[in-house]
Amino acid sequence: MNGTTSIRLDHLTRVEGHGRVDIQIRDGAVERCQWQVVEAPRFFEAMLRGRKCHEVAHITSRICGICSIGHTLASLKATEAAMGIQVSAPVVNLRKLLLHAENIQSHMLHLGYLVLPDLLNAPSVIPLATTHTPQLLLAIRLHRLGNEMSDLLGGRTTHPQRAVVGGFTRWPTPGELSQLRSRLASALPEGIRLAQFIAAHAAGFPTFQRETEYIALVGPNEYAFYDGCIGSTEGDTFTVDQYRQVCNEYCVPQSTAKYARHRRDSYMVGALARINLNYPRLSATARSVAEIFGVRPPSCSPFMNNAAQMVEVIHCLEDSIQRIDHLLQDGLKPEKASWAVRAGRGTGCVEVPRGILFHEYEYAPNGECVWANCVIPTNQNHANIQKDMEALVEQFKDRPAEEIEFMVEMLVRAYDPCISCSTH
Amino acid sequence: MGKPKVAFFDFAGCEGDQLQVINLEEDLLQVLEMVEIVSFREAMKGHADSYDIAFVEGSITRRSDEARLQEIRRHAKVLVAFGSCATLGGINLLKNFQEPENVRRLVYGDHYFQYETYSARPLKAVVAVDAEIHGCPVSRREFQAVLTSLLLGKTPEVPNHPVCVECKMAENICVFEQGMTCMGPVTRAGCEACCVSAGSFCWGCRGLVDDPNADAQREILSRHGLSLSDVIKRFRLYMGFVEVSR
Repeated sequence: MNGTTSIRLDHLTRVEGHGRVDIQIRDGAVERCQWQVVEAPRFFEAMLRGRKCHEVAHITSRICGICSIGHTLASLKATEAAMGIQVSAPVVNLRKLLLHAENIQSHMLHLGYLVLPDLLNAPSVIPLATTHTPQLLLAIRLHRLGNEMSDLLGGRTTHPQRAVVGGFTRWPTPGELSQLRSRLASALPEGIRLAQFIAAHAAGFPTFQRETEYIALVGPNEYAFYDGCIGSTEGDTFTVDQYRQVCNEYCVPQSTAKYARHRRDSYMVGALARINLNYPRLSATARSVAEIFGVRPPSCSPFMNNAAQMVEVIHCLEDSIQRIDHLLQDGLKPEKASWAVRAGRGTGCVEVPRGILFHEYEYAPNGECVWANCVIPTNQNHANIQKDMEALVEQFKDRPAEEIEFMVEMLVRAYDPCISCSTH
Repeated sequence: MGKPKVAFFDFAGCEGDQLQVINLEEDLLQVLEMVEIVSFREAMKGHADSYDIAFVEGSITRRSDEARLQEIRRHAKVLVAFGSCATLGGINLLKNFQEPENVRRLVYGDHYFQYETYSARPLKAVVAVDAEIHGCPVSRREFQAVLTSLLLGKTPEVPNHPVCVECKMAENICVFEQGMTCMGPVTRAGCEACCVSAGSFCWGCRGLVDDPNADAQREILSRHGLSLSDVIKRFRLYMGFVEVSR
């Protein structure tokens, strides 16, 4: 094909943060194809220096509005590891519930408000309020349930106050948990209905695959969000403390966020990576929803990350019901966390909506943070977005510019990138 | 006459304030009956260059970002600083108290020179701001109240009493009596003391009330065991810009 196709998206829309795309195709050859991150860096690792251990999670929560719960929990785990603080089994269970709440909220925000318009050929969610009212209301109800679950367990939806070093300042009552349980149970069939609707429109995603290394937390007993080791589809496993051997962060001139690589030029983290590594430990209903979408490990299409998120929403709803049953069976005995400040170094890791997250801190004997490092899921995905974009544009380079632009936008959106978070 | 046009923009921040607009859930549909959202990059494609109200989140941390903010100012009839990063500089101010080159080196190592930054500042340090919604994050209720006021042509009311007032109304036990320390006595209210109600203490995220009794606050904090340097750090967490501008 002769002629020049230029695609320049200055601020890609319906994603968190500021990212740019710059593509040029001349006479049938891709001359330029670049994903650029132009977000203003905030320097969190520097901001933490000199702050007290009990303030650190409050500060790092502000890395991200959407996954503030995940940042809070990764931060608390790092501080607890540094100071040798053990938390009780019910605290761990409540934290896992809190992570589920965030996952439901964040995935529904992405699928309902950001992805659905692409599948229904709408510029945004706003026209869907009139064209697809029942489906949009389903998505909003699930989103609200995620948020209200966060309010109940964390104190509020964004930047939770109740989760602190050693445990929680306030616990939910058995009555509140029972009420939440019945809402989760009635949301489950609604979630399945939404999944069926999205699956029926999933043909709107480009047919595209690229062999990729996937990295996620793995554990033998459950679909890992909170505990486990770092697993890779290339076969390696690492302890959480060895995270730097996995991430190998580096700087590139086109991005204010760092990039990462492990065995290959790039790797992917997030819902699809988790499913690729933890499929057998999904809840039964979640596995049946995975069947509807045809998600089977190893799935190497980044667009399947959307389906993987829907599968995880179902898993989180179902697993939350079981966790609440355990908590109620064992009896809730709110405990006050007691711990002592000491010097140390520790790493905390959790799976957040967009993938595996690491915080590492070093504390002085007076409990002041002297050094910090945070590796964010979208950091780890940037290089893979670049590699996927190169392959996608090469595959579809003969298509009209608008079509390529639309596919590239859908590609970036499929990662659900948290760009300001990745720059932090 | 068409519906008033509303736009959302952001600079350095976590986008948690715009998220509160989406978190209105079903109520967002009601907002959409009153206004037309013409720019909201986080949620929609498309953009218009003229709007009645611009909600701007985040603080300014690069000289190169000033032009974009000035352009937003030119196109907006009313510019609202949205959230503490925009109204106060927010948590981003913490880096202002460290040597700038060290800050950049610590994060980016030898590549530090590629990454532009300057002292974080609130929007009002760069352009005129017509209204402010404080909070980290903002409260959805307050966003709705401010939007309604602006649509009615009224000046939105910004609370000018300390968090302690709302904390008493929430019937909380005073944080100082629980053996912790608190910024509530000097912090602007409007949050209904939500952090104290959740078992924490006031961090000061909504900034100082006008004419705060800062000396008394310093004294209370020292009486409860904070060293002078700790007291300064507590003020700097969200109020550092006030401190440097005075």
